[in-house]
Amino acid sequence: MKEEVRLMKGNEAIAHAAIRYGCDGYFGYPITPQSEVLETLEELMPWETTGMVVLQAESEVAAINMVYGGAASGKAVMTSSSSPGVSLKQEGISYIAAASLPALILNVMRGGPGLGTIQPSQADYFQATKGGGHGDYHLIVLAPSTVQEMVDFVGLGFDLAFKYTNPAMILADGIVGQMMEKVVLPEQRPRRTEEEIRRQCPWAADGRKGGRKRNVVTSLELESSRMEEINHVLQARYREIEKNETRWEEIDVEGADYLIVAFGSIARICTKAKELAAEKGIKVGIVRPITLWPFPTEAIARAAEGKKGILCVELNAGQMIEDVRLAVHDNLPVEHFGRLGGIIPSPDEVVKALEEKIIR
Amino acid sequence: MEIQDIIRPENKVYSAPELLDQNVHMHYCPGCSHGVIHKLLAEVIAEMGLAEKTVGVSPVGCAVFAYNYIDVDWVEAAHGRAPAVATAISRLWPEDVVFTYQGDGDMSAIGTAESIHAANRGENIVMVFVNNAIYGMTGGQMAPTTLVGQKTATTPYGRRVDLNGHPLEITNLMAILDGTCYVTRQSVHTPANVRKTKAALKKAFQNALDKKGTSVVEVVATCNSGWKMSPEKANEWMAEHMFAKYPLGDLKDVK
Amino acid sequence: MAKIKGAVTVNVERCKGCNLCVVACPTDTLSLQANEVNDRGYHYAYMSNPDACIGCCSCALVCPDACIEVYRVKVD
Repeated sequence: MKEEVRLMKGNEAIAHAAIRYGCDGYFGYPITPQSEVLETLEELMPWETTGMVVLQAESEVAAINMVYGGAASGKAVMTSSSSPGVSLKQEGISYIAAASLPALILNVMRGGPGLGTIQPSQADYFQATKGGGHGDYHLIVLAPSTVQEMVDFVGLGFDLAFKYTNPAMILADGIVGQMMEKVVLPEQRPRRTEEEIRRQCPWAADGRKGGRKRNVVTSLELESSRMEEINHVLQARYREIEKNETRWEEIDVEGADYLIVAFGSIARICTKAKELAAEKGIKVGIVRPITLWPFPTEAIARAAEGKKGILCVELNAGQMIEDVRLAVHDNLPVEHFGRLGGIIPSPDEVVKALEEKIIR
Repeated sequence: MEIQDIIRPENKVYSAPELLDQNVHMHYCPGCSHGVIHKLLAEVIAEMGLAEKTVGVSPVGCAVFAYNYIDVDWVEAAHGRAPAVATAISRLWPEDVVFTYQGDGDMSAIGTAESIHAANRGENIVMVFVNNAIYGMTGGQMAPTTLVGQKTATTPYGRRVDLNGHPLEITNLMAILDGTCYVTRQSVHTPANVRKTKAALKKAFQNALDKKGTSVVEVVATCNSGWKMSPEKANEWMAEHMFAKYPLGDLKDVK
Repeated sequence: MAKIKGAVTVNVERCKGCNLCVVACPTDTLSLQANEVNDRGYHYAYMSNPDACIGCCSCALVCPDACIEVYRVKVD
């Protein structure tokens, strides 16, 4: 398949991207607002073309454990879900991280807590960036703000997951999942051959091919000193990821008096708010974290220098704001603005919040 | 004839299977059935020439360390999730033979959904189900398969139907699913039964090779430590009580 | 008539003294050591009555720790 320009929903784009980036297997369970991922894959029948396996599991729990099994055997595998389903996946995600396996997980966030609503939300920021499941671990968390980024982050997510043998998560929201946009689908990347998999993943449990020593994928270690060592290895990897992979976007930060920090689709609303504010003579810059973990702490600290205040705009009750406050050490006022329950704020509301909470 | 004249390589008729790692001691309690079942798996895999295409999925439970003993590739699964893990490996590596090794907690309690659905999809996997009617690793608590009246750490006065429900015959459930091709219940408490269990495992692995669907081999087993009996007494107790609820033999064998 | 003679060896360090081989043996060939123990403290199995062994493998089949090897010859 050649590169192609199409108009489609973010969720559909994920399915196309999975096939085109050479994904070996997708395992998922339907949940609104992301069911189009599985539906599109079933419609495209990639097992007839690239050989990609697609399976509707009996639950999110089964799906993430299928991802664990597939990843343990060296394959490039992924799952997708939305907030309540991602909560169910946390056990498996912890095992995948503990066993140092590459995998890709998509969360198209909806409002919670509990069954909540099917409308967009960003309330799983804590869950995604602070661990989510049990134990000391981190996912590489990518936050797309466009349908194009939904596509690009499938490739980037797999690349980072394999580079660091660590699970990656695309933390999207119902807006970017359901929104239709122009998107450039990449040229088909061939799936890795069995030889390439063995070269890239010498640890994979794929059947002791060629009579090599047995591979065991496990997260269990009862000997405390070895378990501590495993944790040190994970932590060293996280420091490495922090050093190399922190990504963010800055818009007109230079010369601005105020900063807005926002991620995902909400950052786009804030871009419009920035324009409205400029009409009122308020100079606003935007920092959009692209990796939510590792968080662009230093970038935000630098951007905050000389500013009069920061507004964190999030579709939640105030989660990322904690990381922003840690980044700037209370050197300037940092306030939160967000809507809950699936309500999306208008750019006017953002400007009003900026005026009331920061400028005063 | 002197003993040393008998003990010669050319006269050897039985030795430890080569795929059972002789460098490590199995952690199981003396007399535990797991050891025999491991041995049979190692024999079957070697005899069928599958050492370089087999992936085992070990459970949470006493057999969690199975990967230390049988010399094939292994993935250690979260509690109950072995069939989901095996499903993916089997689908992604269709030339491999994938088996799960699950206890009664793994198969019939926390992993019921994964077990039933993998079998119902007819995944080309072998599910080895070791049913000793108790949770051995955590210290002898009630399993779904614990017999009525049986004492465990969480049924100290014996399992009561009004409090704890009925013993779950999950293998019977497996047998009615269209996805299973072979469902059998065996034991390893006598030499004859050991031979039968080995034959059952062989058939199950052959089914996986032949893509016939899911094979379930239940082994009704003892947990002499959990049951607080000697290994010998545990075997007797099993034959007397367990087989009445879990009778041995094939439940299904699709030709 | 040909007679079968058998013998077994026990991997003493692997043996956990569970006694299942002793029970399985049809000719009462095996016993557990009454006083001797291996490095891990188990009274391991041994041929207390070696002349009785017929090399039937019953002991080895039921041994959970795969520590018994069996030898068999036909004696005319």
